[in-house]
Amino acid sequence: MNEMTTITTTLKDWETDQEVRWCPGCGDYAILKAVQRTLPEIGADPANTVFVSGIGCSSRFPYYVESYGFHTIHGRAPAFATGIKLSNPELDVWLITGDGDGMSIGGNHTMHVIRRNLNCQIMLFNNEIYGLTKGQYSPTSRVGTSSPSTPMGSVDRPALPCAFALGSGARFIARAYDVSKDLSGVLKAAHAHKGAAFIEIFQNCIVYNKDRFDDFTAKANAAGNQLWLTNGEPMLFNKGTQGIALDQESLTLKVVDVIDGDWQSAGVIVHDVTNRSVAHMLVEMPFGPFPMALGVIYDDPRPTYEESVLGQDAKAREGKVADLGKLLAKGQTWTVGE
Amino acid sequence: MASSVAAADTAPITHTDAPEAVVVRFAGDSGDGMQLTGGQFTLSTALAGNDLATFPDFPAEIRAPQGTLFGVSAFQINFGSTDISTAGDAPDVLVAMNPAALKTNVEALKPGGLIIADTGEFTKRNLEKAKYDSNPIEDGSLSKWDLLAFDISALTIEAVKPFGLGNKEALRCKNMWTLGLALWMFDRDRQPIVDWLNSKFAKKPEIAEANIAALNAGHAYGETAEIAGPLRKLHLDPVQQTPGLYRTITGAEAVSLGLVAGAQLAGLQMFFGGYPITPASAILHNLTKMKEFGVTTFQAEDEIAAICSAIGASYAGHLGVTSSSGPGIALKGEAMGLAVMTELPLVIVNSQRGGPSTGLPTKTEQSDLYQAIYGRNGDTPLPVIAARSPSDAFECAIEACRIAVQFMTPVMLLTDGYIGNAAEPWKVPDPNDYDPFPAKFLTEKNGPDDTLLPYKRDGHGVRPWIKPGTPGLMHRIGGIEKAIDTGNLDYAPTTHQAQTDARKAKVDGVANAVPLQDVSLGNTSGKLAVVGWGSTFGPIHQAVRRARAKGMDVSHIHVRHVWPLPRNLGDLLRSYKKILVPEMNTGQFKTVLRDQFLVDAQPLNKVSGQPFAIAEIEAAIAAFFDNIPDNEGGEVEPNRSQLPSVKAENQ
Repeated sequence: MNEMTTITTTLKDWETDQEVRWCPGCGDYAILKAVQRTLPEIGADPANTVFVSGIGCSSRFPYYVESYGFHTIHGRAPAFATGIKLSNPELDVWLITGDGDGMSIGGNHTMHVIRRNLNCQIMLFNNEIYGLTKGQYSPTSRVGTSSPSTPMGSVDRPALPCAFALGSGARFIARAYDVSKDLSGVLKAAHAHKGAAFIEIFQNCIVYNKDRFDDFTAKANAAGNQLWLTNGEPMLFNKGTQGIALDQESLTLKVVDVIDGDWQSAGVIVHDVTNRSVAHMLVEMPFGPFPMALGVIYDDPRPTYEESVLGQDAKAREGKVADLGKLLAKGQTWTVGE
Repeated sequence: MASSVAAADTAPITHTDAPEAVVVRFAGDSGDGMQLTGGQFTLSTALAGNDLATFPDFPAEIRAPQGTLFGVSAFQINFGSTDISTAGDAPDVLVAMNPAALKTNVEALKPGGLIIADTGEFTKRNLEKAKYDSNPIEDGSLSKWDLLAFDISALTIEAVKPFGLGNKEALRCKNMWTLGLALWMFDRDRQPIVDWLNSKFAKKPEIAEANIAALNAGHAYGETAEIAGPLRKLHLDPVQQTPGLYRTITGAEAVSLGLVAGAQLAGLQMFFGGYPITPASAILHNLTKMKEFGVTTFQAEDEIAAICSAIGASYAGHLGVTSSSGPGIALKGEAMGLAVMTELPLVIVNSQRGGPSTGLPTKTEQSDLYQAIYGRNGDTPLPVIAARSPSDAFECAIEACRIAVQFMTPVMLLTDGYIGNAAEPWKVPDPNDYDPFPAKFLTEKNGPDDTLLPYKRDGHGVRPWIKPGTPGLMHRIGGIEKAIDTGNLDYAPTTHQAQTDARKAKVDGVANAVPLQDVSLGNTSGKLAVVGWGSTFGPIHQAVRRARAKGMDVSHIHVRHVWPLPRNLGDLLRSYKKILVPEMNTGQFKTVLRDQFLVDAQPLNKVSGQPFAIAEIEAAIAAFFDNIPDNEGGEVEPNRSQLPSVKAENQ
């Protein structure tokens, strides 16, 4: 979140004249619209907003947002963002990445931008597949994913982006999916968080991994399989008939039935976004026995990287005059006479 | 130092008359503090007004097993009352702190040169570690040199006794004892070293005192010990230098200062993204201490992030700089392509080391020239500048910043491990003597009908620099091919042809904004031109000077702008009958010259991790004259063993 002049814009103001080149029906369209809807609501200034992306379908995103945009190289967007923020901390930086870009080739940079706590929003579009390169399995693909590079099914276990982010020291973790009406709310919360805000967005690749997330995103499955988290509210789903509680003996989460709305006696946990231990459990909940945890899972700010770096720089400059002549003549010198 | 002064052939010390120049090599275990000794001796030499050049040569291991041959660390200094431009071929004096140091260095010593050895370290165990069957100090095998062997260890322990140090700590003062003796030998003032010790150990005054006592004891030993024979006091007169303020400078310091000066001249804040790598890390360390000049430093998670953060900073309106050595530069290649494509200013410093792969991390080489000029995917031209000496690195760093900012392009600055670590006296420049080149940012739309054209090129083919945060100029850039003027994504065949041509033309045009190639020494035409680039300047210059003194028609051309090449270089080269290109690689610049100008450039190559000796180039020059029918000169007996590549090329 940046201290910036709140200005009035509309969704239209955030649309560029560029033809959007995603496949018809791609989940990216919905995410783009959600962003373009959210930016006016948070009072963002197009001149002060920068979208930085890597490579992949998702990384075309900056071309379609009427702000400053930098479409960089595969996996490295966090490093560009770091240079941008350290040079001009007033800029509001949004990182756009995907499961291949952010978790595979750029995994290292994802870890470090989160660890350093650079003040930016990191939107990781997770479609569990390499779309732009025509359908190879990705680091988030489930075991057994059949693809051009894994005709007999993939054998390696998928990475969990949110668990990875938490393990890297994230201070903000959220989850949403492309067509969710609540995506905008998640984006607002991420923007309000000062520091690296990590958002995993499940995104439907209709060509290479169609309806992969239907288990919880399809209308029929939504209520029973989506756990929307709200700070201070009990962790309820399935229209309030089920909830998440702590198994005191095994110290693991469990699903409990809630009778007549009495979630207290069922032991349902009240969501506390600053509880890091529970955040770890929520992002690790196996889908199937458990619903998919969505919304703001964790939010507990710490000083940002650029604050600390630039603060230190300012301290180093205190009381010093930038005299180049003096700098060049530093150390032990001698004079050769005429 | 390139000023031309009378001949300074480094003849062996005569012990009676003071020579014009002396080469001293300090060699010891990597834990013996030889680099420190050499550094302080350098300082005292500079303060005495001698010209000098140094060559620190140390192992890649931080603390190699004690006493081993591969753990030897050496520091060579050439100094004198005349123009010095190399660290010297063969030492006149070798200080050997242990058997391994003697073994690895003595063969380089001039016949009749002086060995000073610490007998306290010539124990059975150390002799075994150095693979000596018998003690060379006693078996007469060193008879072609003067030998001065005494127990420096015991003398040091004795000297620091009053300070109550343990044996191990006491022995750490050995290097100061040795330095004291060296200061006596060359008639030097001890006070600057005393001041330095007092400030270095300000928090441990007893250590400072002990070191000073050792220093004084070494000095007193020279003064009072009744040693007949080789040890003599020598006074070398100060060199005739241009009047002014001087200091010593290493290449790494010069690059750091030049980058800061460059950013100041451009009116920009500097962002430096780096990742630790030998021998480039010193630049990162130096810049962290210059923050008041608007410098922000960032130690990135890897080489790729280092350059990407710097490009991000340039995008945001700072001068982005990154630095590394060969392996790191390889990792940065893709990002350099993005900087070329997005046409953002960026300075990339490559402190070259021996390759390929990890290669020789602490040794010098010039083998990244192809990488610098050609080493990226696609047609991805960028200007390349090569520094010839530590002090020249300052000028080159400014030049790199200027070109980057004026042409909106990444620029690579090449130095090497030798330039980076070596020191030489430097006449402190006046910043006001440099023309500023203020960066310009676009603040208003530049196209017809209130449109923004981020890729509209000016007369030099340069696009505008547009900072995010500028109202009304929102636009998108990236690595995909882009339409003329608008910069919108465009894969059309004609677009790619036009933009590839435009990027090439822009970089080619840099040649119009750099000085014409001059001749460092000699004439603008003649029988032989010795053409160099980078840190071979010193040995080429001295070799050509010596050859010319013997009447040979040979000239020295040293190229700073290795890409694009100065626009008169082709004609200049064609005005000589023969061209010799000495390089610390297998012939990369030779190939570039042949390719660009269709000239018969002949290579002289050395890839031993050591700089060229003057004699090696001298012999190659002589061999050329030997092969010319109407030989003028060529009295020097050519050493053909120095010319394997020439032979191969001639077949």
